[in-house]
Amino acid sequence: MTALVARGLTKRYGEVNVVDGLDLSVDRGELYGFLGPNGAGKTTTIRMALGLIFPSGGDVELLGRPVFRSGRDDALRRTGALIEEPAFYRFLSGRRNLEAFARAGGDGEEVRRRLDRIDEVLEQVGLSTAGDKRVKAYSQGMRQRLGIALALLGEPDMLVLDEPTNGLDPAGMREVRLLLRRLADGGTTVFVSSHLLAEVEAMCDRVGVLSRGRLVAEGPPGNLRGDAEHLRIEVGDPERAAAILRDLAGVAGVGGDGRILRVRLDGATAAQVNAALVAAGVAVSALVPERDTLEDVFMSLVEGSGVQG
Amino acid sequence: MFRVELTKAWRRWRTYLLAAAFGGIPVLIVIAVKLSPPTLSGTEDAPPFLLQIVRNGLFAPLTGLAVIQPFFLPLAAGLLAGDAVAGEAQGGTLRYLLVRPVARTRLVLAKYGAAMALLGLLLLWVVGCGAFWGGVVFGFKPLPTLSGTTLSVAQASLRILAAAGYILLGVSGIVAIGVCISTLTDSGPGAIVATVILGISSEIADQIPSLRVIHPYLPTHGWLAFTDLFRFPVDWGGMRGGVLVSAAYTAVFLTMALVAFSRRDVVA
Repeated sequence: MTALVARGLTKRYGEVNVVDGLDLSVDRGELYGFLGPNGAGKTTTIRMALGLIFPSGGDVELLGRPVFRSGRDDALRRTGALIEEPAFYRFLSGRRNLEAFARAGGDGEEVRRRLDRIDEVLEQVGLSTAGDKRVKAYSQGMRQRLGIALALLGEPDMLVLDEPTNGLDPAGMREVRLLLRRLADGGTTVFVSSHLLAEVEAMCDRVGVLSRGRLVAEGPPGNLRGDAEHLRIEVGDPERAAAILRDLAGVAGVGGDGRILRVRLDGATAAQVNAALVAAGVAVSALVPERDTLEDVFMSLVEGSGVQG
Repeated sequence: MFRVELTKAWRRWRTYLLAAAFGGIPVLIVIAVKLSPPTLSGTEDAPPFLLQIVRNGLFAPLTGLAVIQPFFLPLAAGLLAGDAVAGEAQGGTLRYLLVRPVARTRLVLAKYGAAMALLGLLLLWVVGCGAFWGGVVFGFKPLPTLSGTTLSVAQASLRILAAAGYILLGVSGIVAIGVCISTLTDSGPGAIVATVILGISSEIADQIPSLRVIHPYLPTHGWLAFTDLFRFPVDWGGMRGGVLVSAAYTAVFLTMALVAFSRRDVVA
């Protein structure tokens, strides 16, 4: 079962395709990270998925319902959203804001259910004590929390959250990550956009990388990064060291410049590399294991797609 | 959605500012008349209502309505209607209402309904404040009509309420224009100012004799016809025209608002 599907989704503003034939598929119960630099088209995609802006081409389905045909209200009802940034009536308290949104839309039964959940969602985001303060007096972090509370209000099957940890301190970010992980483990589909790689890496089941309106990579965060590890080695005689290492089993490649070598491992361990060099009489002054960061992957993907456009 | 709108208004300072301004007018009239009762002789330029208020508390709500209508009413209509959708867009809450979901059609109609309801309450408030203070200070007496006959206190009260109702119908076209402008922009103040300017321009154009050909089609042209309620027999012609013009403006601009808004990208 899919929770969100985009097929050739396109949004054109003037000559520019902000979203450019995007194909995307998010499974139910998955925590999907939608990664991309600012301006990649993340928010535009999210707005189209929620029916706020009309696509120039392609189509999008939310919880099995086509968003731009009848029946989308049912899907929206089961979806909680945070779009760009939280927005509230500044003259109302946090609790009254949730009440106002709880009463808007839906039948009496639904409204009652949402009203009954206000205390629970305030508690979930850690705003129980600040609920009666006017939103005007909230810090950015508190507004962000209230925005997440609003998204959770309708007991959604699907959460669409645009940069949910914006403006939160590190402890708050961790709390939100844990909350989203918990919700996803409980069966809620969570679609979360971010430009923070570490964040997405820490919590998502799957990551899609968006660049210039196209998906340039998709997969579990571990796969995107690749399995290969690197060693950075400082030696007295780099040419001889390189020759030795090229012959060593389990080494995929040797590069580097000056006295510093970068060795890509494919099975060999750092200890084996060190032992081989020492046995051949090459002095090793430093040997540092290095993982490919997701950032490296990301930058290479984003740069790679930079040709068009 | 309509109820949510009224609840929000209830918790908003600006609602009370409007109420203070609207309720203050009849009170000021009562105070001014009490302090310096206009004499019937030698004050030809004074409004006829003001001349007679000294004798009757019932004139206070009526004069209140007459004073509110040309300026305060378009101002309030512009504020409530212009801000209706654009204010939500500017504050960012529009997108959260739409994904709740609130259907776009329903949102526009609820906003129009809430603006009309609040204006109606404000007009009732003017009548209430005027009747209360006028009654306390001068007492109620039968009301002379513009045709020289008199109306009993009960009859006169009913006609004053009818006048308030007609004034509300009269402003409905301006409210529809305001809501329409409001769906086209993400700037609340912009839509408010545009609506107020349109309303007041219409009143000014209505005063320029060389524009006589367009007068019957101006949204404010029939506004003063409520005074016909105080003739004997009541002359319905002016009011019928006013209601027709208002209904036409409402139909055209609400339809435009609904069509434009249902196709618009919400990027705010």
